[in-house]
Amino acid sequence: MTADMDNKKKNQLRRILIPVASVLAVILLWQAIAVYIIDNPFTLPSFTQVLDAFYRNLFGPRGTLTKDVVISLYHFAIGLSAALCIGIPAGIAMGWFRTADQALNPLVEILRPIPPLAWIPFAIIWFGLTHASAGFIIFIGAVFPILVNTYTGFRNVPNVFIEAGKVLGCTSSLGQIKNIAFPSAIPEITAGIRISMGVGWMCLVGAEIFGAGTGRFGLGKNLWTYYNLHQMDSVVVYMLVLGFIGIVLDIIFRHYVTKQTVRWQGQEM
Amino acid sequence: MSIVSVAHLNKVFEREGQPPTVALADINLEIDEKEFICLVGPSGCGKTTLLRILAGLEKPTSGDVRLDDMPIAGPDPQRGMVFQEYSLFPWKSVIENIAFGLEMKGVSKQERRQVAEEYLDIVNLEQFRDAYPHELSGGMRQRVAIARALANNPRVLLMDEPFGALDAQTRNVMQKELLEIWEETKKTIVFVTHSVDEAVYLADRIVVLSPRPGKIEEVINVDLARPRDRTEPMFAELRKYILRRMEEGASVR
Repeated sequence: MTADMDNKKKNQLRRILIPVASVLAVILLWQAIAVYIIDNPFTLPSFTQVLDAFYRNLFGPRGTLTKDVVISLYHFAIGLSAALCIGIPAGIAMGWFRTADQALNPLVEILRPIPPLAWIPFAIIWFGLTHASAGFIIFIGAVFPILVNTYTGFRNVPNVFIEAGKVLGCTSSLGQIKNIAFPSAIPEITAGIRISMGVGWMCLVGAEIFGAGTGRFGLGKNLWTYYNLHQMDSVVVYMLVLGFIGIVLDIIFRHYVTKQTVRWQGQEM
Repeated sequence: MSIVSVAHLNKVFEREGQPPTVALADINLEIDEKEFICLVGPSGCGKTTLLRILAGLEKPTSGDVRLDDMPIAGPDPQRGMVFQEYSLFPWKSVIENIAFGLEMKGVSKQERRQVAEEYLDIVNLEQFRDAYPHELSGGMRQRVAIARALANNPRVLLMDEPFGALDAQTRNVMQKELLEIWEETKKTIVFVTHSVDEAVYLADRIVVLSPRPGKIEEVINVDLARPRDRTEPMFAELRKYILRRMEEGASVR
């Protein structure tokens, strides 16, 4: 009994200790290599230099990290909400109405393979150096996963749900979309949104580096500024912050979606 | 006065690049109010097609199908249906599934809850009220499907091999419960099955269909008192007779 509990405790401890030890080891190794072998903060800033830069970026008089985070999230919100507003209705129309599918499918297939960053010149020409131009690039990256997943979700609605709905009095197209097809497609749609968030966050960096946006703030924008200033410790700070926010967005979304759909799916996404 | 009447019904499926399949040929059938009818026959005899036409999910090629002397034009809550596959909406809880038809009718939330509770009670699933379909066993899911169809208070309940996917024991329990529900609600039931045993256990009248083209082979009155005993000689005899008729029907062609 006690041996069993000891074992359990041990396992729990291992589950925490091993990952922490692994990260710590890499940090130590990084620090040692940076200080004793490379010895050049331009090629490889050390961990402590990065920490110091993080503090300066956050609290220093010339630090813009907070502002950059806010502006980048703003760009991201513009792009993602536009992608939701267009991707979901378009996906529904294409998945439900054959004519819409036939009309829009070739367009989607022509536009979809164009890498989002290739749109940057036109983003700047159409929207100027505004937040909207950065948002546009994120929109281009995010809209297709949402659209395609909504489309697939609507295509895969089991026929028996539609027929069950019909005999229960749900006979109009609009009623079937709202009451049957949409809820049935929610797992696919949310999976699409999750992919879109990842792609959109990646596009953000490219868009800001290449000049979409107002050109003053943004995580991607100032990551590039610090590169030009040869302040590589700050570049690492921005890289880590970008990664951190990306994962936080994903966790928040997953948490929200899990709450909503796991109840009836009976499985984690 | 019959509630459902089928006259000179034909159904032909046209498929591109294939000769047309005659699924049903000259079907004539009158179903009385509160009657329990079973359609039996080997696979491919068109029994499901006939049921789907009654539901309004398929259109007949020719012929006349009526409910209460009104031609059946399309799906309608007047004719409730229980499917062979699990058809509960997985995103709705048990009680919400049962209330779905009333929601479509525009019944107020409070009233549809009340009616749904009533039918939840009839199928004995009160303790699963807020469960989701994935949490239920196959038999429970079909009981909810029955409650969902009944909550609309349909004139006829159409059932398409509803217990086909269940194990033998659950199936027997479900048959017994269905008869209790039938007696309680006084519904007219049209029940499709390929199991002769099930048909003899349940039906007032058994419609034996033969395949390709689907035709009515014979309509048999089951005059056994309920609850029926499967081990009774009369039961076995009737079962044997129907099986023989089905074999004859299949071998003539």
